[in-house]
Amino acid sequence: MDGIHDVGGMQGFGHVQELTPAPPFGEPWERKAFAIGALSARIAGTNLHAFRHAIERVPPQEYLSGYWNRWTIGAQIMMEDSGIVTDEEVRARAARLSGRDVPEPQPPTPNKPQMPSGGAGNLRSVERPPAFAVGDRVRAADLHPAGHTRLPRYVRGRAGTVTALQPSAVFSDTAAHFLGENPQHCYAVEFDSRELWGQEAEPFSLSIDLFEPYLEPVT
Amino acid sequence: MTSAAEHLDPALRVEALASLLSERGLIDEAIIERFVKTYEQSVGPMNGAKVVAKAWTDSDYRARLLADGTAAIAELGFKGPQGEHIVVLENSPTVHNVVVCTLCSCYPWPVLGLPPSWYKDPAYRSRIVREPRQVLREFGLDLDDQVEVRVHDSSSEVRYMVLPERPAGTESRSEEELAALVTRDAMVGVARAAAP
Repeated sequence: MDGIHDVGGMQGFGHVQELTPAPPFGEPWERKAFAIGALSARIAGTNLHAFRHAIERVPPQEYLSGYWNRWTIGAQIMMEDSGIVTDEEVRARAARLSGRDVPEPQPPTPNKPQMPSGGAGNLRSVERPPAFAVGDRVRAADLHPAGHTRLPRYVRGRAGTVTALQPSAVFSDTAAHFLGENPQHCYAVEFDSRELWGQEAEPFSLSIDLFEPYLEPVT
Repeated sequence: MTSAAEHLDPALRVEALASLLSERGLIDEAIIERFVKTYEQSVGPMNGAKVVAKAWTDSDYRARLLADGTAAIAELGFKGPQGEHIVVLENSPTVHNVVVCTLCSCYPWPVLGLPPSWYKDPAYRSRIVREPRQVLREFGLDLDDQVEVRVHDSSSEVRYMVLPERPAGTESRSEEELAALVTRDAMVGVARAAAP
């Protein structure tokens, strides 16, 4: 989806934060937020791709209100989808924890997705031979799916060169929607900065790993 | 969850969720505590620093690390979630690699732990793929124009770690002393390893 998460190349976010050796969690609630998010796919009977897609669906203003906030809301959205909790329940419980005597709604009926897994992790073998080889010129397709994709906007329609074949893996775009693992070949594709950002761009190269369905041959 | 919904304090949301899930027997405090402690105490950049220090002192290991990062890292006992396939990128006087995840916060957990705040922030994610030299300057790393900059966007299940250059004047240092010079920032590619 063309959502708030797809920030590559956007302007207006200002200075980068200072580099500090800060520990992974600041406030105590962030520890619990991390654990709930990390366990949420197991609780909801889903997968990592679905969790990423749930975070993408966090409303933009909430998405931009801190990492652990969007992480927690993403986990909640995914658990709502699986009928584990409802937003009304969470809000009612939050009110009660704050000392307000509000009625609590009935819990939902669990409705976990059913997607057989080909095994642990995400790396898979693909029988058919790869469509592209190292050195091939390829173009990132101009796709705008409504659902989950790992093809960011800033490379769509741009031409680059395959520099490596990565291990083939579960296809995020289908797995996130429980439409099957659908494993795909995956390629490191290198783009010249001027192809992405115009002739005035800083000189550098951008390498990104793209699944085969995202790529078209350049003829 | 609708966009019109009123903002709920995140700490309160977490408490409410934890309370509901624990009531339903779906999480328990002991599991949460064990999980969090792992990433506070055992899995972090100190692991990656050991990998880097070994590569600096053992040329055979360095070759194995660059050829098959996942296997060479596993030799030191580091593996697990977000580390299924790790590629190690070598920085040199002529090439500077830097890593990002523009779409979320993909990061090589077994060697670096959980990502720092700046890595997950939209400012870094949006800008490092568009003006990396300027961003690195803001972080305090001014690269010579002659240095080739390579930015790596972690968009698949591949995870990246940078092997920084060994600082000058460290020839007599032990592997353990060298590991102390290797920062998280250097292994993402936004800083150099610290000078002794």
